[in-house]
Amino acid sequence: MASKFLLVAKREYLTRVRKRAFVVLTLLVPFIIAGFGVLVGKLALSDDSAEIVDVRDASGLNIAAKLVPLSTPQLQFVPVEGSLPEAKQGFQQKKHAGLLYLPAGLDVQDPQGVQFFGKGNISLKKESRVQKALNDAFAELKMQRSGLNQTQLDQLRAKVPLSSVSLDETGKEKDSNSGVTTGIASVLAVLIYFFIFLYGVQIMRGVGEEKSSRVMEVMLSAVKPFDLMMGKIMGIAAVGLTQFLLWGLLSWGASTVLVPLLMQDELGKAKTEMATAAPKDAPTTVADQATASAEQMNPAKRANVIGSAFEQASKLNIPIWTILFGFVIYFLGGYLLYGALFGAVGAAVDDQTDTQQFMFPITMPLILSYIVGFSVILRNPDGPVAFWMSMIPFTSPVAMVIRLPFGVPAWQLALSIGLLVVGFVGTVWVASRIYRVGILMYGKKVTYKELSKWMFYKG
Amino acid sequence: MQQPTSRPILEVRDVRKQYAAHTALSGVSLAVPEQSIFGLLGPNGAGKTSLIRIITQITGADAGEVFFRGEKLNPSHIGQIGYLPEERGLYKKMKVGEQLIYLAQLRGLSRADAVQRIRQWLERFDIKAWAEKNVEDLSKGMQQKVQFIATVLHEPKLIILDEPFSGFDPINANLIKDEILRLKQEGAAIIFSTHRMESVEEMCDSIALINRSRKVLDGPVTAIRNQFKTNTYEVEGQGQLMVMHPDFEVIEQKARENDHFYARIQLHADTRPNDLLRFLIGQVQVHAFREQIPSINEIFIRRVRETMPETLTETANALL
Repeated sequence: MASKFLLVAKREYLTRVRKRAFVVLTLLVPFIIAGFGVLVGKLALSDDSAEIVDVRDASGLNIAAKLVPLSTPQLQFVPVEGSLPEAKQGFQQKKHAGLLYLPAGLDVQDPQGVQFFGKGNISLKKESRVQKALNDAFAELKMQRSGLNQTQLDQLRAKVPLSSVSLDETGKEKDSNSGVTTGIASVLAVLIYFFIFLYGVQIMRGVGEEKSSRVMEVMLSAVKPFDLMMGKIMGIAAVGLTQFLLWGLLSWGASTVLVPLLMQDELGKAKTEMATAAPKDAPTTVADQATASAEQMNPAKRANVIGSAFEQASKLNIPIWTILFGFVIYFLGGYLLYGALFGAVGAAVDDQTDTQQFMFPITMPLILSYIVGFSVILRNPDGPVAFWMSMIPFTSPVAMVIRLPFGVPAWQLALSIGLLVVGFVGTVWVASRIYRVGILMYGKKVTYKELSKWMFYKG
Repeated sequence: MQQPTSRPILEVRDVRKQYAAHTALSGVSLAVPEQSIFGLLGPNGAGKTSLIRIITQITGADAGEVFFRGEKLNPSHIGQIGYLPEERGLYKKMKVGEQLIYLAQLRGLSRADAVQRIRQWLERFDIKAWAEKNVEDLSKGMQQKVQFIATVLHEPKLIILDEPFSGFDPINANLIKDEILRLKQEGAAIIFSTHRMESVEEMCDSIALINRSRKVLDGPVTAIRNQFKTNTYEVEGQGQLMVMHPDFEVIEQKARENDHFYARIQLHADTRPNDLLRFLIGQVQVHAFREQIPSINEIFIRRVRETMPETLTETANALL
């Protein structure tokens, strides 16, 4: 009876949502996420803002003066005087990032002997930044020597924006932004994977609890085993969705409040740096972050940001509605399929410690789809591995959502969803047979052979 | 044939149930009258629980039929049946009140009705303070009380109690016993399932004995006991008892202090107790004279011995 199913689901939902652990976890996680965001942000900014490189220019070519305007928010050049050993000591005392030494008698056409001293190992990133600035400074010097004035120089300097374009099978052009697409695919896959795992195990535990507390027989005299199982699965699904929803809302809330609050200093700094850097160069990452965060502080603009995210997504030709639709289908289908199996395992064993042997074959395809998803499918979303894994119901929930943002032919999507439906109806059937017999079976060491027999027991 | 008033509340017809390599029930039939207490007796593993699980619709029978008030048993009857299983258990982390509401709702009771009745029951058992406690915080005996309330809260017409007194101390066992009798007065039929026959014998109106998946005996308790009477009388008195008579036979005789004695004397066919009494009065001073009626336990053992002597030791062991 439907009303009993709802009663069971309601109980499962309410008892879990009221638990202290649920409340604490739901409230805490968003702050952890926001705090983590602040931490990462701070690290990123501090990593990128405070690199000062001393320049000891003994060449007489006035390279140092040309380097100073080439400073970026990540890298600042400061000319110093004195001998090389003095300068070496100096930058270390001042805790600067490095020292660029231009020796006397440097030949503009063949500049040999330029040295960059750093403390400890010098990162590749830092070296390439210094290298680039140095190249630019020499190029400018050469051009000036060839008789060009500043206006001509500015006209010569080129800044070419590059946009990648991908072609689909019909030859239609698409803007491609593999970064965004990969990001969406990863987030969706991780969400589905964790949801199935976290809440699937809860189903298993819940069944085990009912069994070990011996409440099962009372329940079964009032409710059909199938209603009991599905009620539990759905109730726990609702718990999970509530938690995810609250996490989403609270993380968003926490980051809008916390991030600007905790990062005021950095933001202020970033903004002034942006102001100085703006006329010189295109907005840098820090500047972007600053504007984005600044906008977050203003609620009126927030809607525009989300709106523009959608706009951007559609501009990038990411099939946003297909992704949403597919995500919901695979999220629910995958959860039902695995949830039923987890429930069956909980019913089959007496002792929670015995679940291991049955957990393994259930979790294996899930873990496999996750690993293969990130290592193979993400790189080649239209390859044969991606195709087959997105067809098999046990792996398709993760595999297909990874493929979705890259675009999937309609027939493949339809076939995969069809197979998923067949798959979860099948597993729910099998699981309910095992469940029905298992929940009243005590003191028996269950084997696979035994389980297969249960499937054919009469009501 | 039967009058509508005497139609049984539950009728089981030739029910069979087979588990993989084990026959739980091989053709059991019985009828439970309305407003009565029915003892379902038998040793462990006889098939009692299998039969109860069929009546409570936890499992289905392989063959045979069950009728509830003349209708074939179906899920609509769940709300009219209350079941206290031998394996007791409640949700440990749920409050007593909430748990009772939940279980009552599953049996079709509205929330408001459930709340009101729970209040009455908690008052009756004087445990109102428990309503907000988690089940795991209660003692085992307290949990049993809560479970009993859960069984009868929806005012079932048929109450099935599997080993109802196990886990109760004598005081609480008496309390439960009184409640059971009261429920019967209010019109419910009660099925007792137990292997400790002496515990429910006095309460039962009728019984069925089950052994090794078969019913070996059933009927009203008084009729069964009369049927198994051996025409034996217990005599206590003073004097020298010497019985040399073709109509009587002394089965047992014990001498007691001060020339007192105790004896069990069986009458041969067509001899009436008054004949024995007259004979005794001529010989000794009679202090007590009463007919010995066998207990259900004795009848059961005798019945099993008659039907399948080879299982006697096994059954006897089970009964101990």
